[in-house]
Formats: sequence, structure tokens, C-alpha cells
Amino acid sequence: MTTPMDVPESSQHADPEAVAAGAEGAAGRSLRQIAWRRFRKDKVGMAGGVIVILLILIALFAPLLTAWFGHPPNQFDQGLVDPLTGGVLRDPDDTAQGLDPWGGISAEHLLGVEPVNGRDLFSRIVYGARTSLLVATVATVVCVVIGTVLGILAGYFGGWVDTVISRTMDIFLAFPLLLFAIALVGVIPDGAFGLEGNYLRIGVLVFIIGFFNWPYIGRIVRGQTLTLKEREFVEASRSLGAGNTHIVFREILPNLITPILVYSTLLIPTNILFEAALSFLGVGINPPMATWGGMLENALRFYTTSPHFVIVPGLAIFITVLAFNLFGDGLRDAFDPRSSD
Amino acid sequence: MTTHHFTRQGPLRRSGVLRRIMAPAAAGTALALALTACGGAGGGGGAGESDAEFNEGETTVVNPSDETGGTLRYAISADFDSPDPGNTYYAYVWNFSRYYARTLLTYTEAPGEQGVELQPDLAEELPEGNEDSTEWTVRLKEGLRFEDGSEITAQDVKYAIARSNFGDQALPNGPKYFQDLLADSDDYEGPYANEDDPLEGFDGIETPDDHTLIFHLNTSFSEFPYVLIQPQTAPVPADADRGEQYQSNVVSSGPYKFDGEYRPGASLNLVRNEEWDPETDPIRKALPDRVEVQLGVDQNEIDQRLVNGELDVDLGGTGVGPAMKGTLITDEAERHNIDNPQTSTLRYVNINTVIEPLNDPACREAIMYAADRDALQRAWGGDTGGDIATQIMPTSLPGADPSIDLYPSEDDKGDLEMAQEKLEECGQPDGFSTSIGARADRPSDVSTAEALQQALARVNIETEIKQYPSDTFTNTQAGSPDFVHDNDLGLTVYGWAPDWASGYGFMSKILDGDAIQAAGNSNISELDDDQINDWFDEVVSEEDPDARASIYTQIDERAMEQAAVLPAVFERTVLYRPANLTNVYYHPGYSMYDYMSLGTTNTD
Repeated sequence: MTTPMDVPESSQHADPEAVAAGAEGAAGRSLRQIAWRRFRKDKVGMAGGVIVILLILIALFAPLLTAWFGHPPNQFDQGLVDPLTGGVLRDPDDTAQGLDPWGGISAEHLLGVEPVNGRDLFSRIVYGARTSLLVATVATVVCVVIGTVLGILAGYFGGWVDTVISRTMDIFLAFPLLLFAIALVGVIPDGAFGLEGNYLRIGVLVFIIGFFNWPYIGRIVRGQTLTLKEREFVEASRSLGAGNTHIVFREILPNLITPILVYSTLLIPTNILFEAALSFLGVGINPPMATWGGMLENALRFYTTSPHFVIVPGLAIFITVLAFNLFGDGLRDAFDPRSSD
Repeated sequence: MTTHHFTRQGPLRRSGVLRRIMAPAAAGTALALALTACGGAGGGGGAGESDAEFNEGETTVVNPSDETGGTLRYAISADFDSPDPGNTYYAYVWNFSRYYARTLLTYTEAPGEQGVELQPDLAEELPEGNEDSTEWTVRLKEGLRFEDGSEITAQDVKYAIARSNFGDQALPNGPKYFQDLLADSDDYEGPYANEDDPLEGFDGIETPDDHTLIFHLNTSFSEFPYVLIQPQTAPVPADADRGEQYQSNVVSSGPYKFDGEYRPGASLNLVRNEEWDPETDPIRKALPDRVEVQLGVDQNEIDQRLVNGELDVDLGGTGVGPAMKGTLITDEAERHNIDNPQTSTLRYVNINTVIEPLNDPACREAIMYAADRDALQRAWGGDTGGDIATQIMPTSLPGADPSIDLYPSEDDKGDLEMAQEKLEECGQPDGFSTSIGARADRPSDVSTAEALQQALARVNIETEIKQYPSDTFTNTQAGSPDFVHDNDLGLTVYGWAPDWASGYGFMSKILDGDAIQAAGNSNISELDDDQINDWFDEVVSEEDPDARASIYTQIDERAMEQAAVLPAVFERTVLYRPANLTNVYYHPGYSMYDYMSLGTTNTD
């Protein structure tokens, strides 16, 4: 997916497996180029990818978007809300018309407003995307770094190193992560490691999610390393006198990039859900910072009077997780067609 | 030095609450009373047939009836902390346990103000103190019997007080007022420490004969009779006591007894106790033949079954869940089945008086002026959620003065000019920053914090909201002055309900400088004002209730002047009143329906 490339006409129908076999006509094309070609034909995967890119753009340009649509995410507008039920009024100037089941969706408020405070839902969803994607992505990077390093060590050196690391992975996988997260977030001090307030809490979330989810990547990397180190090119390299460092970094690691990329794409939605769950339980980010999980939790009080308030953040989480999953599946199919049925 | 250090055990619960009801519409109340006395006859059949009106149960007995029989069906989403009268601090258990546990004194069986007047129950009459209110004598009625026919004696009451208050093995859940107040009992190690003679060394209560109890206090305490309404004063025969396990089969002194064992998390059933003599009992109607409680039922299911007529009472008494509340208050057809009484719970924000710059009263006043009370009320659910409070004592308490309104503003939206003026007065013309502590799992607390944050930002008082779990908040976070200082919690969202209906029962823990503790502290603003402390010292030996009430008014006003507490609302609950329920009224003493008077037309 890095750069589109010029492909000779003749290779249009080349068998991808032929590349590894060094077939004629496919020379000069890397696995990545082939995967990109294959991925482009996968409409579902492409759709997922487009939505993912869109989400990232939305998160990056959140301040710009909310400036365009004119409502800061934490700005109250209680005039829009019925004080008795907290529900959103059909017509703020005429309370007799009752509540709007669509929560005041209009050109002014694209996704309606929140009950009680009347904050703009569109802005809060957009800013919530920032929190969700930031936590999930950075946590995934942490997972990948720890998982790759330990996975390679275990797979490559084997023996007692493998035993220790593999058992450690088992322990981490058996860890009651959610309970631990709830307990830990409850006792976070005001400031630590030079961070304060919500920055510190984001840091802690990243740490918890990243530090405890690495074994998933670690196991895959270990398994791949185990097979790779027996392959001919590694044997060849070793017989030519290459050291461990060279073999790990120049021979094995490049061949691991693909599975790592694929599985980290699939790990991101898991982490998004985890962050949402923590926010839902009230142990994630402090208000008034918008989070999708926190909005959902708030919404449950109003599902009879303002159902849209449940639906909007619910859909946001659903679409994001689905998009990342489709994108990740598409990537996996493109890089390794044998893995899908 | 003051002497009224009561240790509140455990977190804030909706504990035994006394109050006089509904000052706002006193005249209208009397009229409504007269009207329904003529109109309300008999109970309806299914749901929706009642001809009662919205909130009628707050001031009137709805569906009055003397019909006995039927099964009264309760359910609750939680479980008893314990049905053992000696081991509970939940208001609904204090209310419910009276079915099988009679106490020395109790509340009057009546709605409105009259309800919180004390009545003798086991006692022959209301006790009187000696000259300096340190000695109180209670005489028991003759002819009182346990469910096994044995006579109830003064020793049984003394034993019950001993087991719930003294020694390492004292029952953990209830308050420990007797332990704090009784004289000559410091060395007493509780009844479980001495099997041969469980009451040896317990000299705080004298029992000269089988029907007399003399309480010796270590201090003057003019409001001691209020302590005697606690279920801890219900008699327990020493040979039947099994410590905390006594809860599985409490020996009844009231009109009902356990039918089989109490099954924690599942059920508790009561049947009539034939040994109970109605002649000795002025306050219990005992209408149903059977009482059933289902425990651990989901709140939404309880609400739905109440509306369908498949259930009579939500035992918890805290009102319907948020989902059903939204449906009910918008549904005209259901409005007449709803009561929306004001409870005696104050929802408020502590303003710390120690943290800079809030140690300057003018900075605290700036917060009082800048707060948007309308937004705070919205956070609590508007008019059905609570009434905007401008003073500290709930309107029903003697001495409460709603005319105390030191920080008025147009439409209750806050007075920003005055706030700015106060900021300049305290040397912070450009505002300052502090933090707001709130309980993460209480959505209304968090909404309150958000609303306050918005309002204060208007005068450049920048706040950061910090959330804590509610099960540790009252003890180790907001309840710890060190934690409050270290985390700059200048503002904390809180709620308070009194243990009994007086200014002392309500305010002493939250405003008396001598009540400040290192953990489990309730005077979170750390207000330590000499004048207020002196008034609290003075009031405990004041015998005249009216004189006490006027001291409470002064304390309230002074605390508002000190801007240590930002009152938000006096909370209201939304109670569903099924049509098949008879003799229903809201009892201010428990902030829920009076369970002793209820009957049902349900004959299952």
C-alpha cells in the first residue's frame, strides 16, 4: 500500500505463488506490491480501509470540524432541553410540543444534542474519536513492540529463554485484565511521570491495554520465527558466518513485518472496545472530555426519552470496530491468501 | 472541647431519616387533606383504577382501608445489609424491620409533619431526662411477648443494645451511637466476650427491675430520645442470639414473624405472629396476612411489575429507576399513580476552607455567586428531581429557614458581577483553578460537576473534574482531609441525609469543626468556625426544642455566610403507587412509604 507502481502488462495475470518460486515475468515485484494489487480487488476490505482513513482524518481535524459546525464539544445549551425529563425538546420555544425522539437532529446539530446539558453530539463524537483512536493506536504500538521483541527472542533462541517467555505469556493471558484496570485506574494519583490529569489517565490506559495484550502478538511472532529460522535462506546466511544480530534483523524481521501489520490492524478494534468498556465503567477518562464509552454510559439513563443518545455513540463504536476488522481481514487475505479458507 | 463525636460507620446510606414534611404549600396541604378524607374510599382493583392524584401520598393517606388479608409483595434490586434489627443502617430496613422488631420509641403513623413526632412503642411513654439530660429512664409496657410466648424484659433490650454496640465482635453494620454516648461502659467488651454473664461490666444501662431501663450518658444530650428509635433497641433474647447468624431467624416481637429462614439474596417471608397483642401497639395496622420479599430483582423489572400490578412495593424506597422515571413523568395516564415527595437528602457541593485560595472566604463567595443553580437542578432531573436549595437544612427540619438566600441571582443562573467583585476582593481578579471531586458511578454527581465547571468558567475559575469510586469516596478520598489537600479537591459533590429530624442530626457531622476526622470525614469543607462550634456545644444541653431550633437556624445562616457549602437541591424521589395498595402515604421519617400501615387488595 505504500506506492502504487507501474506493472508490466504481461504480469497482469501472474500467479502470486510464482513470485516466491522466482517465475519469469514477475521479476522485480515485491510481495507488498502483489498484496496491494490483491487488496485493491477486495471491495469490502477497501471500504473498511477508506472508513479507517476517514476516521483518522476526522480525529486529526476535530478542532477544525467543530469550528466549521460551530459547537465546541463541552459547550452547554440547556435552552434546547426539557428540564423535567432531561430530554431534547421538539421546539425550544414551545415546550408544549414535547420531546423530539430524534434528539434535535438538524442542520445546526448534525447528530442532535445530549440530554440534560444540550451539548452538541457531533462535536462530542468527533472528539471522542480522538480519544478512542489515540488510546487504541498507541496501546497497539506498545503491544507490537513488546510482543515482537519477546516473540523473536523466544522463537529464535528456544530452550529456557522460550520456556520463560512462553510461560510469562500464559500468565499475562490469564490475568483478569478488566478487574486490574478498574482497580488501578481508581488509585491513579494526580500527577506522575511528568503527566497530569487526563494526559496521565490516557497514559495509564495505554499502559494497561498495551502491557497486557502483547502476548497475542508475541505468540504469533514466536510461531513465525520458529518456522522462519529453519528456512533455507536463514540456514544459508548462518553457514556463511552471519551472527545472530544479522540474522534476526536482516533475515527474520523483514519477513515478520506482514503478519505484525495484519495482526496489529486486528488488535486496534479490540483495544477500542476495551477503552470504551473502561470509559463505560467510569474508570477511564475524566469528564467533560468526550469518550464514546462514557457517552454510552450516560445515555442509558435516557433510553426511554432520548433513544438517539444511545444510538449515536453506539453506532460510532460499531462502525469503527467493523471498519478496522474488515480492513485487517482484507490485509490478511491480501498478504496471505492461504490463511482465509 | 465538644463531646459529640459520633462515628458514622460505613459509607453514607439513606439512613434513618427524620423530617417534617413540605413547608412550601402548608395551606394547600391542609385543604388537600380535608378533600381526600371525604373522597378516598376503598382500593381499586388493577393498575390505573385509583382516583388518587399526582403526589397525593406525600401529604395524605391514599386508599384508606381497614380490610385485612391478602399478601403484600415487596421486591428490591439489592439485598438487606441484614434483616437483623441490630445490624443494619439502611433506612428501608429500619422501616421494614418494624414488622417483627418493636423498638423502645418510634415515629407516629401519620403523613406529613405529624409523622416525625416520636411515639412510645415498647416504652410506656416518652422518656424524660434528668436536669442536665445525662440520665434517661424508660419504662416498658406490661404484657409484651416474643413469638414464643415468653415475656419481653428490660434485660432483652439491654442485651440487644450491647450486641450491636460493644466489643470487637459488635455487629458491624449499624451506627454506634450508644457506644459513643453511654457512660461507664468503656471497659465493657461486649456480650460475646463473656458467655456466662454477657452483660457483666455493662453499667451504662441500669435495669433495676424487668420493666425499667435507666440510660446513663457521658454527656448532656437533649436529643437522646431520637437515638431510641433505632432498631438496635428491639429486644433480643440472649439465648436465641447467634451473632450475625441471628439474621436467618429473628425472634419476633411484632405482628409478623419469619416464615422459614431468611435466604440472603433470594427471599424473606413473614406470617402473622399470634403472640402480638394489638392493644399494646398503637402504630401498626398489620393488615396483610402475609408479607413476601423478593431480593435481587433487576430494577427495571421491579418498575415494570409495579406498573403491571404484579408487585406492591419497591422495598428500597428510593424510587423508580431512570428509565421508568422518564416514561412515567411524561405519561399523563400514569401521573396520578406517582408520588414525588421531597426527601430530606440535601445534594450539595463542599467548598474546602483550607486549600488556597479558597481559604479566603471571598473566594468561596465568588463560587457561590458564580454557580448556576438552575443548571445544578437540571443535573438532578429538574423539578421532579429536587427543589433548588438556598439554605442547608431541608425545609422540613425544625429551624429550617428557606428565607436564607445570601447569594441570589436572576433566574438562579448566577450573579457574575458579584462573583467578579468577590474575586477581586480575594486578590484573584483573573480567576483561579481548583478541582471538583465526584463519584464516577453516580451519573447525577458527575452531571453536577460538569454543570458547576461550566458555570465557574464564566468567571475564569478553571476546574478539573476528578472521579472516584463511590465505595471508597466517603472514607478515603473526599473523607480524608490529607487526600483532599494533596489532590487539590477544592470542591466535592456530596449528599447528606440526617439520622434523625433535627438540625443536630443533620448538620453536626458536616459543619462542626470538632467532627473533622482523618478518615471517613464528613465535614469535607473542614469548616472550623468558633461561633458554630460553640453553638453545637450549647445545643446539646438545651432542653427546649424551640430554643434548639433557633440555634440551628443561626448555624445554618452562619455556615452559608462562610460559604462552606454550596447547596444544590433538596432531592425528590419518584415513587410508583400501585392501585391495589391501600393506606399508602409517604413517611418523612424514612423518606419512603410507611410500610407498617400498608395493606393490599391482592389476594393471591
